[in-house]
Amino acid sequence: MHVSFSDAEVAFQEEVRGFFAHEYPDDMRAAMDSGDGLSPELQVRWQKILHEKGWAAPNWPEKYGGTGWTPVQKYIFAREEGHANAPYVIPFGINMVGPIIYTFGSEAQKQRFLPDILASNVWWCQGYSEPGAGSDLAALKTKADLAGDHYVVNGTKTWTTLGQHADWIFCLVRTSSDVARRQEGISFLLIDMQSPGITVNPIILLDGTHEVNEIHFDNVEVPVDNLVGEEGKGWSYGKVLLQHERTNSANTFRSAYRLRKLREQAARSVRGQEPLAADANFMRRLADAEVELKSLEYIELRTLASVASGKAPGPESSFLKLIGTEIQQKIDALYLDAAGYYALPYRPDIPVGEGDEINAALRYFNHRKTTIFAGSNEIQRNIIAKHVLGL
Amino acid sequence: MDFSLNELQTMLADSVSKFIDNEYDFDTRQKYAASDRGFSDDVWSTFAELGWTAVPFSEDDGGIGGSPVDVMVFIQSLARGLVVEPYLPGIVLAGGILSRVADEDQKARWLQPVIAGELHATLAWHEPQSRYDLASIATTATQDGDDWVVNGAKGVVPNGGAADLVIVPARTAGDLGDTAGITLFAVPAGPLARDAYATVDGLRAAEIVLSDVRVGPDHVLGPVGGGFAALDETIDDGTLAVCAEAVGIMQVLKDRTVEYSKQRRQFGVPIGTFQALQHRMVDMLMACEKAQSLLMWAVMTRAGGGDVKRAVSAIKYLVGTAGQKLGEEAVQIHGGMGVTWDLDVAHFFKRLTVINRMFGNADFHLDRLAA
Repeated sequence: MHVSFSDAEVAFQEEVRGFFAHEYPDDMRAAMDSGDGLSPELQVRWQKILHEKGWAAPNWPEKYGGTGWTPVQKYIFAREEGHANAPYVIPFGINMVGPIIYTFGSEAQKQRFLPDILASNVWWCQGYSEPGAGSDLAALKTKADLAGDHYVVNGTKTWTTLGQHADWIFCLVRTSSDVARRQEGISFLLIDMQSPGITVNPIILLDGTHEVNEIHFDNVEVPVDNLVGEEGKGWSYGKVLLQHERTNSANTFRSAYRLRKLREQAARSVRGQEPLAADANFMRRLADAEVELKSLEYIELRTLASVASGKAPGPESSFLKLIGTEIQQKIDALYLDAAGYYALPYRPDIPVGEGDEINAALRYFNHRKTTIFAGSNEIQRNIIAKHVLGL
Repeated sequence: MDFSLNELQTMLADSVSKFIDNEYDFDTRQKYAASDRGFSDDVWSTFAELGWTAVPFSEDDGGIGGSPVDVMVFIQSLARGLVVEPYLPGIVLAGGILSRVADEDQKARWLQPVIAGELHATLAWHEPQSRYDLASIATTATQDGDDWVVNGAKGVVPNGGAADLVIVPARTAGDLGDTAGITLFAVPAGPLARDAYATVDGLRAAEIVLSDVRVGPDHVLGPVGGGFAALDETIDDGTLAVCAEAVGIMQVLKDRTVEYSKQRRQFGVPIGTFQALQHRMVDMLMACEKAQSLLMWAVMTRAGGGDVKRAVSAIKYLVGTAGQKLGEEAVQIHGGMGVTWDLDVAHFFKRLTVINRMFGNADFHLDRLAA
């Protein structure tokens, strides 16, 4: 039993670390460290930097332009990315629709879509949830009726993250309602956001940000060529994708970065006559979060070791999502308390206060979403109860 | 990176498993717990024959040279049997002190018989006033000619009633709370005044009073006044050992609870179909996953260097919080059955509860981590 990397893996780690040290631009670093995150333009630029390096798609096979990395290499990359507090890659193209297209799509679809996803020339968004279909995704009602060489799509998708920037959307739509199970009759469609009949309405989140949207489809014509795989099989494709989404939500090393910064801040920042580090209750909560995070790190390593030895990733992705998001929220709450009165000001354009306390409350509010999206944590518990505990 | 068990570890886990299945069911355990000495000397001989009492010791000391990971695997496997035999006090604690600081003659005299299963030893680290402060030692030892004369009181000494040899940390210099000035003595049980009793988990302990107990210079273990380091390291090992046991117990309680919820029917359906219970059992599973992972980290840290204190406190804190909560949930979901003496669930829960009061409770370890 050991957790050391092989010589080749250590060399790879050095290379990745060097990349983040030298090729991660200062303006992006500043935007990330301030907690504001990247503008869409910076985001695309970052993904193009990764693409130039050949590292845009850690999960893709080499024949489609992926890295062909082993599970351990992917882990090392994510770890160094977290240590550097480098930006997330927007997942919708690279991590979500890309794998669906190269797994289930036609040759023509692969050639048409994959290169632009890799190079971040096209911004994708996800059309799954609907006003009446959240955790119960199979209740989705958006219809696609076949009319000659195209489908006519009508309905509403919601919670569409960054849909306001998107060029394309991938959707689960109902192509048949004459089915035994609701999961049947659902198809996976790729839709050009420029199509006539699409309206994007912003939904403002509790922190005041425009991150998600409601998208209406009013007689939108979609060529049948944009159907991925077989009609009526979309549910099974979509499920594959959700597992990718969950594994990515553990965020272990971003949480580690934030806890490390918080410990430094607690020692530095004076509250009254003493640094925050003299507040025993605060420090106990911080230590508690550190213990939880260490346990998550080793759950992830155990999962990785199992995948690296050739086992298929199973319901562990639900463990990681569940525990990872709960820890993130614990950390958000700690930042909120660390800020004290400076949790109060709400002026995002010219922040009040300094350092890590800026926007602590906004991040706390915004991150409530993490236990709700990608299958709420209650849904994860249902999945684990059924598939792991056999209940 | 590798989390699998090696050949020795697999063999240990298998042989323990076989032993529990064939020779140590719950009724047998209860019978041993209720016997005069509170455990079975025959079982202890079996432990020695199987080489289990030799696991943590180097080959030079007559052991099998087991690593901290081997010890973890062994103790975690043993947890399923809720074993009452005094492995912790005899092997991990007293054996740990002897292997660290005893000289060759002392090892021949005490450690080898301990490993052979012929001598029961224990460590009396705790005094009535000391709570979790290891350096709070009021027991004194003063020199009289070549001999030492020991006076003081030790509290809740595990297996203190049946032990043949008690390792007694005593103050030979300094003040209460000083880490310097503590000396370790090997004290034969004969002259000790012992008040032995059962603890709530069915194991045994004793209050021990030392009144002018006289021992020769050959009973001093390690340097005079310099015993604290060995004591401290040994207690860290003891803490890891009970954590391994606790994680094993957590897994048993989780499995029992899930199983029970599939069998027990109310309102015409198994109670495991109720979502209110399913989510709680998922949280029990998550607690097990966290604890198992953190235990492996802690033990690997102990084996490979790094901040051992931090690792020990982290796992002890998690076991003391998430583990205790898991135990309470196991009892709750078992309903009325969970609060009966007859069902083993309650006894696993009681052992877990005892572990969480030993070697520092959750608050104690959280404070160490927060500092």
